[in-house]
Amino acid sequence: MDLAPFLLLAALEGLVQASVLTLTALGLSIVFGVMRVVNVAHGEFFMLGAVGAYVCASLLPGPAWLTFAGALVMAPLCVGALAILADWAMLKRINYNPEATIVSTIGLMYILQQMTLITFGPNAQAVNPPFSYTIRTPWFGYSSYKLFIVLVTIVIVIALWQLLRKSRIGLLMRATQYDKDTAQNFGIPVARVYSGVFAVGAMLAAIAGVLIVPIRQADYLMGHDPLLLSFVVVIVGGIGSIPGTIAAAILIGMSDGLLSVMLSPTLAKIASTLLVALVLVFKPEGLFGKSARQ
Amino acid sequence: MDTKRKGLITTRRGALRGMGAAGLLLAAPGLVGRAVAQSGDIIRLGAPFHRTGIGASYGRWYEQTANAAVKLINEAGGINGMQVEMIVEDDGTDPARGVQVMEKFSAEHKVDAVFGHLFSHVVAATAARAGELKMPYFICSEAHTLAAGALNRYVFQPSITDVKSQVISMAPWISQNLGKKVTLIYPDFAFGYDHRDNFTAAIAAQGGSIVANIAIPPTETSFTRYLPQIPADTDVIYHVMVGPAVLTFVKELGDYLGSSGPKLFGFMDSLEAVRTDIEALSFLEGSYFWEAMPRYAQANQTEFDKFFREKVGVDASGAAVGDENDVSTYSHMFSVWETLFAMKQAMELSGYKGPDQKQAMLEAMESITSFAESNEFPQGDKVFNGKTHQSFGHQNISKVVSGKLEVVYRTTIEETLYEDEVDYTTMSF
Repeated sequence: MDLAPFLLLAALEGLVQASVLTLTALGLSIVFGVMRVVNVAHGEFFMLGAVGAYVCASLLPGPAWLTFAGALVMAPLCVGALAILADWAMLKRINYNPEATIVSTIGLMYILQQMTLITFGPNAQAVNPPFSYTIRTPWFGYSSYKLFIVLVTIVIVIALWQLLRKSRIGLLMRATQYDKDTAQNFGIPVARVYSGVFAVGAMLAAIAGVLIVPIRQADYLMGHDPLLLSFVVVIVGGIGSIPGTIAAAILIGMSDGLLSVMLSPTLAKIASTLLVALVLVFKPEGLFGKSARQ
Repeated sequence: MDTKRKGLITTRRGALRGMGAAGLLLAAPGLVGRAVAQSGDIIRLGAPFHRTGIGASYGRWYEQTANAAVKLINEAGGINGMQVEMIVEDDGTDPARGVQVMEKFSAEHKVDAVFGHLFSHVVAATAARAGELKMPYFICSEAHTLAAGALNRYVFQPSITDVKSQVISMAPWISQNLGKKVTLIYPDFAFGYDHRDNFTAAIAAQGGSIVANIAIPPTETSFTRYLPQIPADTDVIYHVMVGPAVLTFVKELGDYLGSSGPKLFGFMDSLEAVRTDIEALSFLEGSYFWEAMPRYAQANQTEFDKFFREKVGVDASGAAVGDENDVSTYSHMFSVWETLFAMKQAMELSGYKGPDQKQAMLEAMESITSFAESNEFPQGDKVFNGKTHQSFGHQNISKVVSGKLEVVYRTTIEETLYEDEVDYTTMSF
């Protein structure tokens, strides 16, 4: 294949990767930014989104696009409700203590994984894409659904940005992030903000899960890779920084796409890990992060 | 204060008592198990199946098939008058757990033999331990490792053929009918290397060549990124993929190639447990697949195939009876069935009564030279090589016609034979 179509395919693959990564990492980043909780179970919310999409698609009647639209709404809502439950039953009880939350979310990760294995089973399950048009170029074909993922991601990121910057909810979240105790003193319901933030974080991962399932299939172990990559993105982008997370997701997604198409997928993983190491050495607060406030 | 202390002591006692009871309960199954095993009126077979992990879709069907075969054997009076009990353990398709499960079968369940392992990396790890534990170990794996001499005298593959024999019988047909410049796509572990190495040699013998080797990790979930490695001058893409993402693999291959690309020859592994007649796979129309046992009941279906389908609960299209979406791993699962009947034959030949006669049973197995096509061997007749511990059988090439698989060529057994690479009978027990 010539260089130009080769680059085009690599860029497309990179964009899709970057989109899914943006959504998953944003969830992780918001939760850490506001609540200072390192959510190790984040990948499982992604997996539950995908599994939820399969369940919706097999239960709801109607054409593929309709069931998929249903899944895109219902699966994240269910996952969000589950996250609120986890926040109430677990994180709140240990006072969001940083070390304790790591250990307890590791536990949550295994619980969610095994519960899914017991109920959903070990097999990978496919969901039909809402439409299956293949874009043909002279050199290769490309699924139009993959570009739809990029589009949905852009819409959601813009909506999230508006929510955080322009709405009252966003204001409460930013106030809580800035100084939890003062926010509490000013009458901000910090406990409710926390459970809301945890739910939004989980829902972002779940949306990514729903979007990925028509091209990847759902299985109970699929949460592992997105979790690791999200951590990479959050560290590179600067912890708690939304623009940083988006920029890092695009950087890592695109470099992963380009390197894995042009050289080898293993090399792409090495490169992104190396990037984290370099960032940690030369700019420990991340590319967009501010120095830690004392 | 006093009452508090008293309370504490009682609970401590209570706790001790509870722990004792729990310990007894935990030990009990082992005790019972040993008592049963020693009484010698039952044959216990360990079945390490891939219930979870990347081999899960195979594991489920292997278990269902084995259950049906054991039921049939027991209904017909068992083996040498003894009923057969199958103990299933999940190995998670993981080599380390495969070894642990083998140890459990030996130490705790005290089984007579272990059978049914599939994934080659799990087999490679477990076989060595089986040899050390002197445990008869019957695999249903396809890997050439056994016939290559890398395992030991306790390991047998009496039903499914190995990759080498499959591949050497496919290569002439591929080079004559599809083309001589081949791109290989295979999973990046032992099983995949068997395909790569043996097919490279076999196609070279036909005057063909490999233009690219594309190895993909079996845990991979996204494949488009590998496909630009397919050179433009490829005549044939030879693909064999395993793992939970096989459907994604064929779909992305279809998106990438469209209908105009090189010819496709796949091993059925790329589509096991996946429906072929779905819209996303319409690009497969007219392409070819290797099948050990044809998934779709053919026009010349044997009565044995019919019997087998009925007993394992599979319909004429290879799906579970009553659920067309629950497609079986039909090209592989017959091997557990046939392996059980091969073990039965060896046990009957040696008058096997209990673990003391393990050696006699294994020697009886080595003395077997063939299996006739029958209800017990529904895939077809087989030549068994007692020296290499490996079976040889017919292979099928099927074409996708209206989303269904139609056999266009069935090889003879002679086409699948190759020279012995080992003589296990010269090794000591």
